[in-house]
Amino acid sequence: MKKHVKTLNKANLKESAVKGGCGECQASCQSACKTSCTVANQKCEK
Amino acid sequence: MLHKYSLNGYYIVLDVYSGAVHVTDDLGYRLVDFTSENMTERTPSEAYDALNDYSRADIDEAYAEWYEAFERGQLHAADDYEQFAGRMINASLKSMCLNISHDCNLACEYCFASKGGFGGERCLMSEEVARKAIDFLIDKSVGRRNLEVDFFGGEPLLNFEVVKKTVAYARSREKEADKNFRFTITTNGLLLDDDKIDFINREMHNCVLSIDGRPEVNDRLRKDWGGKGCHDRILPPFQKLVAQRGDKDYYARATYTRYNFDFTNDILYLYGKGFDQLSEEPVVSDPKLDFSIQEEDLPRIFEEYERLAKTLIEMKKAGEKINFFHFMIDLSQGPCAIRRLRGCSCGNEYVAVTPRGDIFPCHQFVGHDEWKMGSVLDGSYDVEMKKKFACTTVYHKAKCRDCWARFYCSGGCNAGNFEKNGNILEPYSLYCEMEKKRLECAIMMQAALADED
Repeated sequence: MKKHVKTLNKANLKESAVKGGCGECQASCQSACKTSCTVANQKCEK
Repeated sequence: MLHKYSLNGYYIVLDVYSGAVHVTDDLGYRLVDFTSENMTERTPSEAYDALNDYSRADIDEAYAEWYEAFERGQLHAADDYEQFAGRMINASLKSMCLNISHDCNLACEYCFASKGGFGGERCLMSEEVARKAIDFLIDKSVGRRNLEVDFFGGEPLLNFEVVKKTVAYARSREKEADKNFRFTITTNGLLLDDDKIDFINREMHNCVLSIDGRPEVNDRLRKDWGGKGCHDRILPPFQKLVAQRGDKDYYARATYTRYNFDFTNDILYLYGKGFDQLSEEPVVSDPKLDFSIQEEDLPRIFEEYERLAKTLIEMKKAGEKINFFHFMIDLSQGPCAIRRLRGCSCGNEYVAVTPRGDIFPCHQFVGHDEWKMGSVLDGSYDVEMKKKFACTTVYHKAKCRDCWARFYCSGGCNAGNFEKNGNILEPYSLYCEMEKKRLECAIMMQAALADED
């Protein structure tokens, strides 16, 4: 049990790059006039 | 690259290139400044001097934990994503905003689309144009199965027969074209009746319900052409739609302006009215207008986002099912790094089509003829402009290169950048600051809720 540093997530962006890029995920409009999505709140389709 | 911040009693360190989020204590928070991409197991001697309010044993213990994170690739990970920046230049289309109506039955004072007309004539899309748009999307989406069509306006319900026919037509082509259409719609609710609610709940993968919250807030800016506020007319049909929607996605979507920086109260008001999927967006408007958000308002807005985040933490801990769209963040199963290099992919994987069949990079470029990309009627499509938009990743935007938030916001809104700075590659700093604050709140919420577990 770590005393000083608790890491919230196991996922590593680098690993996601290796298998990623299929392009099937939802588009995410970044404009506040529509939905101003952060890409990070999108789901991976895989 | 690290980003560290302290919020609501949490000390948070984000490792930008691995995406790891670390929650630490005062010692770890200060000590992380003495770590680097060349770190070794040995605690640097300067750390003992700088942190002399802690014992050497404690410092060594905390440093060893940072070193473990480093060994796992979750601290000072390297940036090797630029190699993917050019990957989408040949991408095919996947999403389309169908401006099914360039007309509106409301005249909201803050409307970015000139109260529905997008700066041009008021008109509705014909069935023929809509069919051609669907054909165009199918033709240009080689290699993709999931396609998205968003019915937008103006007010889409003013042209609902064409919405229905377009859905039927697209569905009729799904099998032979091997596509899966996902439809979405945004509505102001004025024309919602039982038939439309049934149809929307059956066919629309997501729907966005525009309502600004408390009656006095909504009715100050969301008015009909006679100047009358719409709150009392839209609330009951929206409640009915949501009550019958089941598990399908929707958002009650509010806009905040300079008039309601206490927008947490609008979120709570809407929750009290039965909406648990909520979104609250800063107004997009000419800075000269009274209600437009200014740089000087940022401290007040930050304070409100923090208040909202703390309120939501308490509600969630109490078992309330409330979801605020801008604080949603998936730290473990989110999109891949390649996806994160680009945001909406407008002009490349996403386009908007006007009632006349003209193609623009997105709905926000409609009305700016210099950005017209082609027409679904004759199949013309400006591939040079498409390439230009394919090259709008975070590695193509100088300001994003140094920003810790780039794998979350993915470069912001190109149209907003053009509108404010005359350059799609130059992010609009006011929105960047708001986005960063929302992200910090969202990550802090994860820390607070993980604490609970």
